[in-house]
Amino acid sequence: MTTAPSDAVRASAAEPTTFPLVLGLDTFGDVTNDDDNRPLSHAQTIRNLVEQGVLADQVGVDFFGIGEHHTDDYPLSAADVVLGAIAARTTRVRLGSAVTVLSSDDPVRVFQRYSTLNAVSGGRAEVILGRGSSIDSFPLFGYDLADYEQLFEEKAQLFAELLKGGPVTWEGKLRAPLHNQDVVPHTESGPFPAWIGVGGNPQSVIRAARYGYSLMLAIIRGSPARFAPFSQLFQQALQQLGQAPRPVGVHSPGHVAATDEQAREEFWPHYREAIRRVARTRGFAVPTKESFLYEIGPRGSLYVGSPETVAQKIAANLTVLGANRFEMKYGMGGLSHEALMTAIELYGTQVIPRVREILS
Amino acid sequence: MTASLSSMPRLPRIAVLGAGHTGPVIARVALAAGHPVTIAASGSPEKIALITQVLAPGAEPRWAADAVADADVVVLAIPLHKFAAFDPALVADKFVVDTMNYWPPIDGVQQMFDDPRYGSSEIVQRRLAHSTVVKTLNHIGYHELEDDRRPAGSLERRALGVAGDDPGAVKTVAEVIEGIGYAAVQLDSLRAGRLLQPGGPVFGVSLRQTEFEQALAA
Ligand SMILES: NC(=O)c1ccc[n+]([C@@H]2O[C@H](COP(=O)([O-])OP(=O)(O)OC[C@H]3O[C@@H](n4cnc5c(N)ncnc54)[C@H](OP(=O)(O)O)[C@@H]3O)[C@@H](O)[C@H]2O)c1
Repeated sequence: MTTAPSDAVRASAAEPTTFPLVLGLDTFGDVTNDDDNRPLSHAQTIRNLVEQGVLADQVGVDFFGIGEHHTDDYPLSAADVVLGAIAARTTRVRLGSAVTVLSSDDPVRVFQRYSTLNAVSGGRAEVILGRGSSIDSFPLFGYDLADYEQLFEEKAQLFAELLKGGPVTWEGKLRAPLHNQDVVPHTESGPFPAWIGVGGNPQSVIRAARYGYSLMLAIIRGSPARFAPFSQLFQQALQQLGQAPRPVGVHSPGHVAATDEQAREEFWPHYREAIRRVARTRGFAVPTKESFLYEIGPRGSLYVGSPETVAQKIAANLTVLGANRFEMKYGMGGLSHEALMTAIELYGTQVIPRVREILS
Repeated sequence: MTASLSSMPRLPRIAVLGAGHTGPVIARVALAAGHPVTIAASGSPEKIALITQVLAPGAEPRWAADAVADADVVVLAIPLHKFAAFDPALVADKFVVDTMNYWPPIDGVQQMFDDPRYGSSEIVQRRLAHSTVVKTLNHIGYHELEDDRRPAGSLERRALGVAGDDPGAVKTVAEVIEGIGYAAVQLDSLRAGRLLQPGGPVFGVSLRQTEFEQALAA
């Protein structure tokens, strides 16, 4: 097993220190409601998701990411299949996972699926590896959550080896070894971009640097600015490893509507309900309107408002965080497909150009 | 170990065990309050040197045994599932702040803690028989710990519970919490500290002192 820092992913990243601005959308594929406010079927939710990805492409969104979940209210367990369907109907938007729960997956299989997506999409695949916020995949696939750190460490290392292309020789403790193994399909033009999503553990930041990944900061509550030291930590770790700087991205939840008030009123009841559900099972407090207003304000991490409000907040935080990429996680269980389509359209046609304008 | 350390001329030395989400933030706020701070993870100091330098400059990265050696207060900021393999001798005769939570929906079920008759810190204390355990900092998110600090006397000052069986230890730790920027609400046993756990009335809620006391009493 090689421990040398992988340069696989670095090779695919842009050369200069300043990376192009990338403005994307992520979704967890939350079940949406119909006109009578009843939840749609899983199948219909997934078909709608394909339409959302296609629209994202049409309105100029740079990246479309789909998370991995395994529950009744988040039935998106096979993101790559949905991404393949979107790929077949689009030409421009980059497509990826947000995130792939690598610890409970097989790195070889993840590579194969996303290398296949890369082929289908003409080189538009990306993958973001991480823990995500739910643990359902562990019992489902027979993994012990207590092994989480070790599983992730090993698999992130193997995945970095796979990304380099060419036969892989690797040995670890928690997965069968590979001996000079050719893993297909081969990519056409080097490794596709791969990221590690980090929710606040600095050791994951160091790991991303060490194994050749770019850094995706998942900032879902509280002050975004507190993550600024994480991107410093990342670039300093790269420097110590003698590697070139790599891109840093930000993932945060949001919702865009014509006006601040409309966005707030659409989002708040569903946000409250979603958190209330989680709070009930996890035993913590339900957010108050006051805490919600704080989160959507300048010091919080929700991007809810008119295109102008959201664009200003994105631009400000990218600057503070030294990041070149922003992915707004849109959608919230119970919102309608139509509201989501409107949000995507506003994000593509108004938020994105405005952020570019502010930052240019 | 029952005397309060508050008579000491300097602030207690703090050793933080854990350099993940929570450890470096605790180190940083403790440093800001004027404490000498050491920090350790399960491996070598080199492994966490950069993390410490960037996230908690001024703290000293060490091997865990060295970090603990001259500390007055040891903060356990390690995942609970690592606790079964944690060596109690390491923190013998120390005040130990237990920030850990048993939180099955997030971290999975663990047999050692899956006993509704006891709070997780009671089980920790039983295992750390030669240490004096105080439960606090478990019910505030690591992402809030820095932003929510307020100076003494501020009307907005957030309350944190401090629970333990040993009054001296509770007093010492309560002073640390006050110094960091929170109102310390003391609970006189680890048993009572069960109120601070996930599912309890104050877990993950930002409350001022009177609200906090009311929530505990309700
Ligand atoms: N997240 C929160 O908001 C929050 C709030 C309050 C309390 N807590 C509690 O804080 C604890 C830590 O959570 P976390 O999210 O910070 O965990 P984490 O990010 O997984 O970090 C755990 C740290 O503990 C270290 N560690 C493990 N075993 C150790 C040992 N025997 N000696 C010294 N260090 C050891 C690890 O180092 P290695 O990588 O070297 O093993 C790692 O640095 C948990 O019990 C949690 O319930 C969390």
